[in-house]
Amino acid sequence: MAIDLSLIWAALILIGVAMYVFMDGFDLGIGILFPFVKDAEEKDILINTVAPVWDGNETWLVLGGAALFGAFPLAYAVILDALTIPLTLMLLGLIFRGVAFEFRFKATPSHRAFWDKAFVIGSLIATFFQGVTIGAFIYGFEVVDRHFVGGYFDWFTFFPLFCGVGLIIAYALLGSTWLIMKTEHHLQAKMKQIASYLVGIFFIVLIIISIITPMLHKQIAERWFNMPNIFILSVVPLLVVLISYGIWKACHKEVHSSPFILSLFLIFLGLFGFVISVWPYVIPTSITIWEAAAPAQSQLFALIGTLFILPIVLMYTAWTYYVFRGKVKAGEGYHH
Amino acid sequence: MFGLDAIDIARIQFAFTVSFHIIFPAITIGLSTYIVVLEGLWLKTNNKIYYNLCVFWAKIFAVNFGMGVVSGLVMAFQFGTNWSGFSAFAGSITGPLLTYEVMTAFFLEAGFLGVMLFGWKKVGPHLHFFATAMVSLGTNISMFWILSSNSWMQTPQGYEVVNNQVIPLDWFAIVFNPSFLHRLVHMGIAAFLSTAFLVAAVGAWHLLQGNKTDENKKMFSMALWFIIIVVPLQFLAGDSHGLNTLKYQPTKIAAMEGHWENIGDEPTPLILFGWPDMKAEETKYKIEIPVLGSLILKHSFTEQIPALKDVPPQDRPNVPFVFWSFRIMVGIGMLMLLLGIVGLYRRYKKNLYQGRWWLRFVLLMGPSGLVAILAGWFVTELGRQPWVVYGVLRTKDAASAHGDLQMSISLLCFVVVYSFVFGIGYFYMIKQMKKGAISQPIDYAQLTHREE
Repeated sequence: MAIDLSLIWAALILIGVAMYVFMDGFDLGIGILFPFVKDAEEKDILINTVAPVWDGNETWLVLGGAALFGAFPLAYAVILDALTIPLTLMLLGLIFRGVAFEFRFKATPSHRAFWDKAFVIGSLIATFFQGVTIGAFIYGFEVVDRHFVGGYFDWFTFFPLFCGVGLIIAYALLGSTWLIMKTEHHLQAKMKQIASYLVGIFFIVLIIISIITPMLHKQIAERWFNMPNIFILSVVPLLVVLISYGIWKACHKEVHSSPFILSLFLIFLGLFGFVISVWPYVIPTSITIWEAAAPAQSQLFALIGTLFILPIVLMYTAWTYYVFRGKVKAGEGYHH
Repeated sequence: MFGLDAIDIARIQFAFTVSFHIIFPAITIGLSTYIVVLEGLWLKTNNKIYYNLCVFWAKIFAVNFGMGVVSGLVMAFQFGTNWSGFSAFAGSITGPLLTYEVMTAFFLEAGFLGVMLFGWKKVGPHLHFFATAMVSLGTNISMFWILSSNSWMQTPQGYEVVNNQVIPLDWFAIVFNPSFLHRLVHMGIAAFLSTAFLVAAVGAWHLLQGNKTDENKKMFSMALWFIIIVVPLQFLAGDSHGLNTLKYQPTKIAAMEGHWENIGDEPTPLILFGWPDMKAEETKYKIEIPVLGSLILKHSFTEQIPALKDVPPQDRPNVPFVFWSFRIMVGIGMLMLLLGIVGLYRRYKKNLYQGRWWLRFVLLMGPSGLVAILAGWFVTELGRQPWVVYGVLRTKDAASAHGDLQMSISLLCFVVVYSFVFGIGYFYMIKQMKKGAISQPIDYAQLTHREE
């Protein structure tokens, strides 16, 4: 076949994952930062910056799952089978934080403290296990005869757990820079301070992950360190240094949106590095995207609709963000 | 756990999570459509009663929607975590259909929901109406895809099996498989009806409290008009769905009827009640009406319907469960019809909004639509057993090879979390319902600007 459908689908799923990390990233990050804000009015502001968009943000995760299911059913079956426990915990985390958005406003005042805690802990658990999923994915799964044959706690090793912690830092960074953009005065100043610490910690996290990843698989090391790749790819760490510094610097100036945009770039570089490392495997290092592909009839059918509809989705998503643009002010009666 | 093996527990977990989940989309579909009607009527008539009702139901909708999203998220991943055999086998069909659902429905709902709930002060009335309509459209499109996917598992066609994987051949045949349109109509009406009963019950509760406001009367009256018109249509839809099932899944019909064997040329009786005994292969203590079974299902006085003993025991579903779920659904349907008729009569007598026993009856029937939906799904899903894809893949071959202990723990987690979170969610929803529709200051962006 002339068109490589598996390649297109791999790209689409990556776009979906990237959209998810960008959008639900700052959204979950707000949950992680929530305990650092004490004032009741400021807590409401935090929630109100994302209340109108969190549903849409989370839908990208469902798209990622459904597209993987449709385009690479074998990979879907193996990955979800292997990661049943962390993924189930992630879903439970998302349940608690998701309902907390509505419940904390509808709750009797005595219940509100509980739902605030549920929002924080749910966000932390969901983020941590998403990181574990990424780490375990890079690590690879034991596959024999197209079935997962490993143990159900294979993910419980240093690298995936470290990725879990790393993602908490990453999402918190996105959340804090989002809030720099969406808030003012005292709250904004506080977020600038938090973001300037977070970018430093995240930088260290990235270094550690970059050292460990090539040590996991021979192929990954070869990919990065072979000639001439090493010269071309050295742009990635260089950019990471520059952008991290840029965010740190911006946090000490009178800025609004630039730290968030730079943070998105930084996360994008992280994803880019991830793709360089695992490509072309959908289960590193045993199953490639072509080996896991659904029948061409399935990939083509879903692709036709996706190519038509995805641009429309992006358009109205952009429109809703546009409707809710600008700073969220204290006591703004967003909520009914 | 209780002598159940991992597959039984996986099935219980799926039944539990999907039963909890289906309630939310059913209300989401019905309520979002109702809100569109209310907002549209307000824009058209400028009657503030509609606006107040719209704001009131949107608050309840918001709580319900959030719970629907998070419980649906679990469903999307459970195919993989617990049913990897099914995912690897039929993901090539179910996956693309789900992808379409996400693209055409979930994004639409979630994207416009923000404007619908929080955008009153941000956009003008017509744009807001558009957003509300898009949310509703999204919920209805979602129903289209998920029922297509489910119906394909009931009446699969348009595929071949190569190397233990389904290869789609004809997508039109797959999407519009033989049971799809029947199921779509039956479930669509069910979603609207269960919402109407909920709305009527909230109206009845307030009327019982003596809150005879225009808003409460209006929603009560609207819901009862809808009920008397649509319940009879649902009987027709159910009947044609039944005939379709008879054609494609005869064993399911035999289980619904508790009909074990045909004797000679005797036409099939209709068993009203009884206890189907799977070991003895007969329905005990039965009360039956001769010939009526043939009459209802074959529209004939002589033709027999297929019987359970036509297939070997390992191909039969759990008969008592299917038999009784079906009777619960039909029984509720009859009560609904009774309620509709009484409502029409009282309207004619001009005492629709009073009468303690009448209003209490409507209040009690509030959850009836949702119970009927659950009973109906138990009939169709349990009636499909022992197959997950009817006649193609057995349920036991679809499950992941998890251990009993892991499955038990995960089931326990879901039971505890769902009961707690969604239990509280219902509590908040009922709290909102009790607050009732109160007169709202209109805060549309353009209207406020005009006042300034």
